[in-house]
Amino acid sequence: MRALQYTVRVSEAEAVTPRVRRLRLVAADGTALPPVSAGAHTVVSIDTGERVIRNAYSLTAPSLSGGAYEIAVLRTPESRGGSAFIHERLREGDSLTLSAPANFFPVNRRARHHVLVAGGIGITPIAAMAEEIFRLGASFELHYAVRSAHDGAFCRELAARFGGRLHLYCGERQERLQVQAVLPNQPLGTHLYVCGPERMIEAVLADARAAGWPNANLHAERFVAPAGGEPFSLFLRRSQRSVTVGADESVLEAIERIGVEAPHLCRGGACGECITAVSHADGTLDHRDHFLSAAERDAGEHVMICVSRLKGRELVLDL
Amino acid sequence: MFLDLERPTDAFFRTETFRDDYSFANSEAAIRRFPFPFDRDAYMYAVNIEQHMPGPAKSATEFPIDIDEHYVAEMIDREKVLAEDPLRCQSLPHMITAEWDLLELLMTAMARDYPAWFSLTCDGDRWHWINRPLGLDQRFTFGDTATLPFGPMEYITRQCQGDFCLLDQRQDNLWMDAGLVTTQADWSLDFDLGMNFIEWHGPVPLAHEMGVFERALKFLLNLQLGRPIRRLNWTMTVNPRLDTSPENYHRWGIDRTTVTPENVGDKVHLRVELQALWRLPRSNAIVFSIRCYLIKMREVVSVPKWARRLHRVLRDLPEELADYKGLTNYRATTVDWLSRHDDGAPTSPGFTPD
Ligand code: HEM
Ligand code: FES
Repeated sequence: MRALQYTVRVSEAEAVTPRVRRLRLVAADGTALPPVSAGAHTVVSIDTGERVIRNAYSLTAPSLSGGAYEIAVLRTPESRGGSAFIHERLREGDSLTLSAPANFFPVNRRARHHVLVAGGIGITPIAAMAEEIFRLGASFELHYAVRSAHDGAFCRELAARFGGRLHLYCGERQERLQVQAVLPNQPLGTHLYVCGPERMIEAVLADARAAGWPNANLHAERFVAPAGGEPFSLFLRRSQRSVTVGADESVLEAIERIGVEAPHLCRGGACGECITAVSHADGTLDHRDHFLSAAERDAGEHVMICVSRLKGRELVLDL
Repeated sequence: MFLDLERPTDAFFRTETFRDDYSFANSEAAIRRFPFPFDRDAYMYAVNIEQHMPGPAKSATEFPIDIDEHYVAEMIDREKVLAEDPLRCQSLPHMITAEWDLLELLMTAMARDYPAWFSLTCDGDRWHWINRPLGLDQRFTFGDTATLPFGPMEYITRQCQGDFCLLDQRQDNLWMDAGLVTTQADWSLDFDLGMNFIEWHGPVPLAHEMGVFERALKFLLNLQLGRPIRRLNWTMTVNPRLDTSPENYHRWGIDRTTVTPENVGDKVHLRVELQALWRLPRSNAIVFSIRCYLIKMREVVSVPKWARRLHRVLRDLPEELADYKGLTNYRATTVDWLSRHDDGAPTSPGFTPD
C-alpha cells in the first residue's frame, strides 16, 4: 500500500558537523505534521531534476506534540546522489515529499532497562529513543561511538541532556566501544538497541548473542527498501491495453490509472482478493504479499497485483 | 455517577434499554444504514480487510467514528456495566502514551464530523472538550492524567460508541495490553489482557488452519499511519443485550433457550461488529475498535434482499461456526422463520439493499 505523502518545506538547514546536515521540515500548507514515535523513519523523495531518489531517514526527535520533523543527513560518497543533493543543492525554503512515518525500530515499552548503542550517524533514531525513554522516566544508558569529537553530531546536546547516562567513545582518542564490557550484569528484561554501520550492528548483535541474550531483546535498525522499484511494461491480455508501471506505483494503481477495474480489498497483500493469473513474465516476479504460499510463488502462475512487481521488461496479465 | 441520567438530551437520541425490559429498537433510518455483513448468499472466514475509507453519506462508514441514534443509551449502559465490574476497563502501565493517542484520535474525529454535538479546542497542550449530548465540559492538559476524572482511554471511551482495545507492537506480534470492553460477543478483556494476536484468537475454529490469522497479523504489523482499515464480523444475540460477556453469562446464556416460532422476529438479533484499526502516532500502538450494531429479525426482513440472504447464510453456515457463535439452540427456529421471507429469487452481489 502506498504510504500517505506530505509535501514539506525546509524551514532550517544547518551543518551540525562538516559531514552532517540537519534539516527541519514543516508542512507546506502550514498544518502541523502528525506526532511520531521514537525510532520512526520517513522516506524522503528528492527530485534532483534528472530523477527522483527515495531515501529513508530516521526522525531525530520524537515530536510528541507534532508540528515539525527533523532529519540528519550524512554525506556519503557512495550515495546514489540523494545525500549529495541535500548537502549541495537543497536550500532553506525548498520543498520535499515525505511518506507518513513508519516505525520498524520501536522502543520496547515493557523493558526494565534500555541499552542504546549508536555509531556515527546511527545516532539519529537512537537519540530520539533516548529522549522518549528519558521522558517516560525509564532506566537507560547510551553508548555512542564517533570518529572524532568534531565529527559527532549532537555530542554536546546529548551530554547536556543526559549527563552521566551518555558514554562517548571517540576513535581519534583511541577510545573503543567494547560491547562485551557493557553486556554483563544488566538486569533481566533489559533490551538492547543498536544503529550504525552494518559491521558494527553485526558485531554488537553477535557479542550479545554469544553472551546469552535472547533475540527478542535485541533490536537493530534496518531499513527495508521503500515500496516501489524499477518501472516495467504491463500488458493486459483480455482488455488489450498496455501501460508502464511507474517506479512508485503498484500494478493495481497503474491499471486503475488507465481505467481498468481489478478486484481488490486490502491493498496490502493480505486478503487475496486481487489475485491475478500471469500469462507471461519477461523477467522475475517480485512477490511481496503475505497471501501466496512458497509453492505458489515458485509456480509463478499468480501474482498479487496490489503489492508485487516484476523485475524485468514486461508482465502480461490475464485481465 | 459520571453521567447525569436525568438530563434531557437531543431528541435524535433514543431513550431505550439494552437490559431488563429491552426497549431497544432501530428507526427506519437506522435500518437503512445498518452495516449488513453479507455480500453473497454464503459465509466463511476470510481476511476480509479493506481500507477504512469514507462510505456513502448517512452510511455507517460515512465517518471514521460512527455516532448514531443509540449513542446516549449505549453510554448509559456502559456506565452501568463499569459500575458493576471495573475490570472491563484495564490498561497496563506502558500503554499510557497509546491512551493519549486514542483520546486525540477520538476527540478530533468526533468534533470534526459531529460539530453540533462535540467540540474540541486546543491551545498548545491546554485542551477544552465539550460533549453536548452527555452534558460534559472538560478542560484538561494533554499528557497530564491528573487533569482528567479518569485515565485518558477510559475518559474518552466512556463517551464513544464501540469497544476499544489498545495493542502494543513488539516481537513481531500485537499484545492486548489495554482496553475498555463492555459490548462484547462472549469474550473477556480480563482473560485476554496481555495475550498476543494468535493467543487471543485461540478459540476461533477453522480460521487458524486456513492461515487467516497469520496473514492478518503480518498485514497489521505493517499498518500505516493515516491508513486505517476495517472489517466486519457478525454473530447473533437473543434479546438486544450489549453486554454478552462471559462474566455475565449466567444472566444471558439462558436466553438462548427462550426462542420460539412466535417470538423470533423480536427476540433474535443479528449482531454486526464494524471493526476499525488505526496505527497510533506517538506510541506506535494500534487501536482496534469494535462497534456493535444490533438489528431484530423483524427489522432485517423489512429489506427483501437481506431477508433472502440471511436465510440462506444461516441455513448453510458450517456447523463449527454456528457452534462457536453460540447459535446451535435457536438456529433451526430462526431459519424456519426466515424461510417464510425467502421466495427463492436470486440476490444481487454486494451488501446494499436492491
Ligand atoms: C488486532 C485486532 C484484533 C483484536 C483485538 C481481535 C480480537 C478478537 C477476539 C477477542 C475474538 C474472540 C475470540 C474468542 O472467542 O475468545 C476475535 C474473534 C475473531 N477474529 Fe479477531 N481481533 C482482531 C483482529 C482480527 C483480524 C484483523 C481478523 C481478520 C481476519 C480477525 C478475525 C477474527 C475472526 C474470524 C474471529 C471469529 C469471529 C466469529 O466467528 O464470531 N480478527 N477477535
Ligand atoms: S488487495 Fe488484498 S491482497 Fe491485494
